[in-house]
Amino acid sequence: MRHRWISVLICAAVSAAATTACGTGGASQTADGKTELTIATFNEFGYEELFKEYEAAHSDVKITQRKTGQGQPHHQNLFTKLGAGSGLADIEGVEEGYLSQFMSKAGQFNDLKEIGPKVEDDRWLKWKTEAVTTKDGKLMGYGTDIGPLAMCYRKDLFEKAGLPSDPEGVKALFASWDSYFAAGDQFIAKVPGVAWFDSAAQVYNAMHNQLETGYYDKSDKLVVDTNAAIKANWTTVTAAVAKGQSARLGAFSNEWNTGFKLGKFATKTCPSWMLGVVESQAGPENKGLWAVTDAFPNGGGNWGGSYLTVPKQSKNAKKAAELAAWLTAPEQQIKAFKAKGTFPSQTKALDAPELLEQANAYFGDVKAGALFATQAKKIKAAQYKGPADGQIQETVFSPALLSVEQGKSADEAWKAAVEGAQKAAK
Amino acid sequence: MTATLSKVDRGRAQEARPRPPRRYRMSNLDAKVSPYLFVAPFFVLFIAIGLFPLLYTAYVSLFDWEIGADDPPFVGFENYSTLFQDDQFWNALFNTFSIFLLSSAPQIVVAVVIAALLNANLRARTGWRMGVLLPYVASLVALTIIFGNLFGPQYGLVNDVLGLLGISPIDWQASTFGSHVAIASMVNWRWTGYNALIILAAMQAIPKDVYEAALVDGASALRRFFSITLPLLKPTLIFVVVTSTIGGLQIFTEPKLFEPSGGSGGGAEHQYQTVVLYLYQSAFQGYDLGYASAIAWVLFMVVIAVAALNFFLTRRAVK
Repeated sequence: MRHRWISVLICAAVSAAATTACGTGGASQTADGKTELTIATFNEFGYEELFKEYEAAHSDVKITQRKTGQGQPHHQNLFTKLGAGSGLADIEGVEEGYLSQFMSKAGQFNDLKEIGPKVEDDRWLKWKTEAVTTKDGKLMGYGTDIGPLAMCYRKDLFEKAGLPSDPEGVKALFASWDSYFAAGDQFIAKVPGVAWFDSAAQVYNAMHNQLETGYYDKSDKLVVDTNAAIKANWTTVTAAVAKGQSARLGAFSNEWNTGFKLGKFATKTCPSWMLGVVESQAGPENKGLWAVTDAFPNGGGNWGGSYLTVPKQSKNAKKAAELAAWLTAPEQQIKAFKAKGTFPSQTKALDAPELLEQANAYFGDVKAGALFATQAKKIKAAQYKGPADGQIQETVFSPALLSVEQGKSADEAWKAAVEGAQKAAK
Repeated sequence: MTATLSKVDRGRAQEARPRPPRRYRMSNLDAKVSPYLFVAPFFVLFIAIGLFPLLYTAYVSLFDWEIGADDPPFVGFENYSTLFQDDQFWNALFNTFSIFLLSSAPQIVVAVVIAALLNANLRARTGWRMGVLLPYVASLVALTIIFGNLFGPQYGLVNDVLGLLGISPIDWQASTFGSHVAIASMVNWRWTGYNALIILAAMQAIPKDVYEAALVDGASALRRFFSITLPLLKPTLIFVVVTSTIGGLQIFTEPKLFEPSGGSGGGAEHQYQTVVLYLYQSAFQGYDLGYASAIAWVLFMVVIAVAALNFFLTRRAVK
């Protein structure tokens, strides 16, 4: 009888444990007295070898990496745990596309100028640091990599259209957006069945990010309907769509991939990491047909790249900031570039011979490293991003442009986009 | 002799009533309490991962609760009143019902027909029966990606076939009805066989002598089906209708993965954004947990209402 009574107790204890044993382990010290630093990254930051190097130099530190395959779940996790108040790593990677959302939560992250080691002011490209500096001058993240924009194009299709096709000759076509769309008119008239660019949103976003003022002004007021430059870009792009310059293939969709294979568009806005995407989607059968040139309409631009941040939840913020500062130093970032091709945001790294010598066989052995380093230096300033900026771009303007490509009138779609932006900003 | 014994006994019992020995007290408690403790794990888990989130969602829906916010303000029923004036919500509700009707209605009819066919004397019967379950076994995500490819607006196989038949291609992404048909076809592909097997099991439970009696009375195969099989399937059909209602109104994965760009808008103009997809978008793209919770509760009520309505309608229809 006694025996049964004990079994009842065990049963109750087990069921209770099953429901409560989901707490997060807050241990920041390992058994042997080392400080454990966790770092949460997504995709490939190229830091695996660097961690070993750092641990070898700092015998009191043990680094644990939490790696997520894709950016979206990583950031969802980041913002959810920020809300929950616990569970974040000591160092969290933040991608440029989520920067506006991140900056609106800056209060929950450490000012790296305050807790971090002394870092030279000009370590990073100016615009890279600007984007992650708050209005009152706090530095919320250390820059890791960037995605400077150049223009990719199909040499064979350009020849077919009677356009210049060598990297120097095409530069005139990509001097400004006017010349770009004018060349597009010429192209689609000569090569039927092939479009000039892949989708309106891809071109529009690049144009938008070059504007001095974007969807918000610096006092966080939404200016979508009053900023004439936005409407002008909208009109230009939708007019090009109406003429048939767009292949109407949403980026990263299956049909977009097919479009690369079949050669259904002649140009592509190309951040540095896009070369790998083009190579894998267009495949070996199109090798040598794609080329890239160090020109981009109206100067330069950036798409992608990340920062390392230290949340206030971290119990070892100081040591975490030290590690983050070390990882984002030019010497380390060049190693990450060699490991996984992440394009460095550090000015010194942009002059490193390893980077300048890097060539891309798929794009006709072009010196891609030097080319994108040139493009990175063309970017003048970071556009100010308001709280819902990323959301407006992703869930309002990109779909609105897609709806124009699906046949909606440009005016109606504009009205819907402005309303959508106001709703998202609320 | 006997009297003394019984007296002694009575005396013991009287003594025991106010203070039974510890041993008995424990075993009494054991008999009374332990059955509850044995079933407790289920209820504890249900409370922790079922009931608590349900109630907490209701609580969250009363706040302007943004993910990561420090101190969300209480707004009462404002989320709900905003929701009822939100065109996007009504659009999502319409899409959900449209996809639900396009999937569930034909699916159950076809499932009954397939079950009737499988119930006939076939060669390799088990092979056929397992065969209809195959789509259900395949991964939903893989299935959705393949269907997304088939229904590609520009390079999809379905449009190629339509072209061969002389029908002009349909933009499965842009057209509201087209996208609903595409998504409903994914649901039907996956669930028809599953439901057919459930109905088949019920068919086999129908006593043979009823059919024999009908046969003697000269009833045709069709008459036997409509007058015997269908009425006797009633409880099973109600079950299938209710479960597919609950599943159909919460449809998420198919429309989510049907969006080529991987977003949660359900098409450029929300042509196929369902309620759950809108909930997901509000919570994890708009970071508005309060609003998403309000959507969740309204959907919960709608599902209960429709399931109840279905229950009564099916009960009457198959009488």
